[in-house]
Amino acid sequence: MILVYTESEEGKIKKIALEAVSYAKGIADQMGTSVTAVSINANDISELGKYGASKVLQVSNDKLNKFNGEAYADVIAQAAKTEDAKVIVVTSSANSKFLAPALAVNLEAGYVPNVTALPESTSPFKVKSNVFTNKAFATTEIKTDRKIIGLGKNSYGLKENETSATAEAFSPNLDAHDFDMEIISVDKATDKVTIADAEIVVSGGRGLKGPENWGMIEDLAKTLGAATACSKPVSDMGWRPHSEHVGQTGKPVASNLYIAIGISGAIQHLAGINASKVKVVINNDPEAPFFKAADYGIVGDAFEIVPKLTEKLKEFKAQNA
Amino acid sequence: MKILVCISHVPDTTSKINFTDSDTKFDTNGVQFVINPNDEFGLTRAMWFKEKQGATVHVVNVGGPETEPTLRKALAIGADEAIRVNTAATDGFSVAKQLASIAKEGGYDLVIGGRESIDYNGGMVPGMLAKLIGANFVNTCIGLEVEGDKATVIREIDGGKETLKTSLPLVIGGQKGLVEESDLRIPNMRGIMQARTKPLNVKEPVASNAETNTVSFEKPAPKGAVKLVDTVDELVNLLHNEAKVI
Repeated sequence: MILVYTESEEGKIKKIALEAVSYAKGIADQMGTSVTAVSINANDISELGKYGASKVLQVSNDKLNKFNGEAYADVIAQAAKTEDAKVIVVTSSANSKFLAPALAVNLEAGYVPNVTALPESTSPFKVKSNVFTNKAFATTEIKTDRKIIGLGKNSYGLKENETSATAEAFSPNLDAHDFDMEIISVDKATDKVTIADAEIVVSGGRGLKGPENWGMIEDLAKTLGAATACSKPVSDMGWRPHSEHVGQTGKPVASNLYIAIGISGAIQHLAGINASKVKVVINNDPEAPFFKAADYGIVGDAFEIVPKLTEKLKEFKAQNA
Repeated sequence: MKILVCISHVPDTTSKINFTDSDTKFDTNGVQFVINPNDEFGLTRAMWFKEKQGATVHVVNVGGPETEPTLRKALAIGADEAIRVNTAATDGFSVAKQLASIAKEGGYDLVIGGRESIDYNGGMVPGMLAKLIGANFVNTCIGLEVEGDKATVIREIDGGKETLKTSLPLVIGGQKGLVEESDLRIPNMRGIMQARTKPLNVKEPVASNAETNTVSFEKPAPKGAVKLVDTVDELVNLLHNEAKVI
């Protein structure tokens, strides 16, 4: 049996969770078994069956309304033991990466994060993952009886596989140690697309000359429903918050489309965004290294091109709405 | 307060990545090794605790003798003592097990690791270590204050941040934000001289087993050439019809 942890936010199952279910179903088919999903305080689990889950363990517990690494890892470990899961699939979200190590210790399971494809073989169990911040892939054998896979975002995609899922209430045993941490405050912009969830990311670099020029980046992002990001120098100079810094020492980006504006393309930046499917660069320097890493490029003045691009996209959206 | 900072010895961020021995080993030829950037932010924060709150700071690395210059650099930055566990770092779990033994033996109140190492990007060692020693754990940590045995920790979450209260012993997976880039310290001559005489203790590993084994590496396939366009109309057209991303 393959267990998949299906993340939700405010009761709503996240898209990365559906990708994880699709992937779990892929492994289940390889191993001739089925997929059980475990969800914590999700309201509507009907979509999980659509991507291949045949059973859903539903946890409803008010104490688990906010993410809690220790307790969530405990819930998943208990579900894995109850169901005797051999493979546990989580995502590569910040929360999955928080809880997976504890889960691995609890289940004495080998854990490989940033996995990019279905196992090359399931006996021995070998999977491919991203290492060296997208500069290479590793094929790793997991030798333990139980295995944990952290699926990289946007690497497997959504695959529909209509299965009739049965829901079952699941009540894990939680102890005091699960609640040794108290959340004092959460500071989160609710009106903005996050880099983690974004399908499209619009990113600005030093070529924009100053923080006062970010309006056009935000306009373009808004038009595309995209998240905004920036290069390391921009966050180091305080033009934009650290949370927007993408690259090797910042956040990784694995979006469908990454638009780099006024970013020269240092090797560390390129590594961090390389998992994105399609890369567009707008830069006035035709020698900028980013042009070697991009799929599409425009050589020219960002201050002229970006507003034009935003206008054109608005027209395009209006026509295709 | 006794602080243990876990230092990963990693290739510099500008390194070209190549493999040898039929693509089974990382090619260290011509590669410059540094303190893992995420660990360096943590080490610098530890220096603050040393200077403002009188903390003792030890650094630890699991690796062969070739990693000692990286530990000496941490000593030159200001750590009091270094420990090297004399075994190759094979997988995340076996490293966490070595560190857990050091952490237990030394009775540390706070263990600072990095969110991930920039080589294998496992991001699992601090979380596993915390679980192995029964300490509290906060990952993607961008702010840390300690008073007595209570800690206030800021954690980066998708799209924002969260402030938590917890107690020691505590393990964190740190990153930029713990201190700013401009707070990072370049060792001065005095620090480098002092580092030469500070203790660097070599410990033999405890028994542990690797749960995973990397069998081979490969590099991504070379990318096709960029398609340069002259107008935004052309770009929008290609993104829609060819790339199909809008």
